[in-house]
Amino acid sequence: MKIYGVAILASCYFAGLILGEILSNIFNIDGNLGGVGFAMLFLILLSDWLKKKNLFHVEYESGIGFWTSMYIPIVIAMASIQNVHAALSSGAVAVVAGTVVTSLCFFLIPVLTKLTKKNAEQ
Amino acid sequence: MIRMIEDVFVKNGLIFSFLLVGVMMLITEYLSKRVFKNKIPGVALAIILGLILAGFGKEKGISNIAVFSGMAVLGGTMLRDFAIVSTALGASFDEIKKAGWIAVLSLFIGILFSFCIGSFVAIGFGYHDAKSIATIAAGTCTFIVGPITGNAVGASSEVITLSIAAGVVKVVIVTIFTPLLAKRIGLVDKNTAMVFGGIMGTTSGVSAGLAATDMKLVPYGAITATFYTGLACLICPSILFPLLKLLTV
Repeated sequence: MKIYGVAILASCYFAGLILGEILSNIFNIDGNLGGVGFAMLFLILLSDWLKKKNLFHVEYESGIGFWTSMYIPIVIAMASIQNVHAALSSGAVAVVAGTVVTSLCFFLIPVLTKLTKKNAEQ
Repeated sequence: MIRMIEDVFVKNGLIFSFLLVGVMMLITEYLSKRVFKNKIPGVALAIILGLILAGFGKEKGISNIAVFSGMAVLGGTMLRDFAIVSTALGASFDEIKKAGWIAVLSLFIGILFSFCIGSFVAIGFGYHDAKSIATIAAGTCTFIVGPITGNAVGASSEVITLSIAAGVVKVVIVTIFTPLLAKRIGLVDKNTAMVFGGIMGTTSGVSAGLAATDMKLVPYGAITATFYTGLACLICPSILFPLLKLLTV
């Protein structure tokens, strides 16, 4: 049953969001501290554990897989409901931030790949 | 008659949004293949098209127009967060263990580096509140980490839009320059592909860029990039934002 997979996903979703709410309360910051990230972590751990116990059916995977394939369409829908007029006046920050960060990241890669090579030689 | 048909679309807004996004992706995939010769991924074009459509509406983008109100459901935080969590299923700790400590290190360095540089740029453009700085900085991680962080910390919709745009710029640059720079930066085998995915993090850009370089490298880059998204969604709002808040107060 695919719905079991979706239900597993939903349980991780709530566990993560609730943990995020609790953390934001503890640290007295509005919002949800890392709920989505925790939910992803829970899903990795839970599905790994279920797979090891041979309880994770292929069908569950396709139930969750449907939502994975909807991720990009959802991001596109998200883009279409943004306040573009307000952002347009300060659009330069987006272009500059994206360009500067990405260009510098390219420089970082040789530094780290040299480390991998040293590691492999050892 | 027209009124009647319009009513059908308004009443079934979410279903109409499936149709609409499907058509948008069809058009942008075609443009990506035929016009841009796969140099700019269809995903980036589709997000840009989404942002252009948003311009036809007001503060809630195109969903301000009744017929398109379903876009607010499909693109709202609930389904978005649910879908992004589901992508974690493709990631397994065994895979990352095989890649070794260098892949894990590249993830942390990649996120911290993007976040720090992104913060500096945001501050340079005159943003002073931690919420806006963190959201724009998270947007330079990926176009999804930005809005997730923005919603989590309560940033304004304007800043969230900017964070998506910053992430899209990253996708476009990574896609175009990866095949051109691959040899120079030593991107030749699966280990370096994993490091690359861990530093860049933007799954769509990494996959498209590696595909243009060497198809065999795609799954290795994609796996660390998936971890990147998860880790960034975890630490941007929970650790980096509070740190930034302490620093900016």
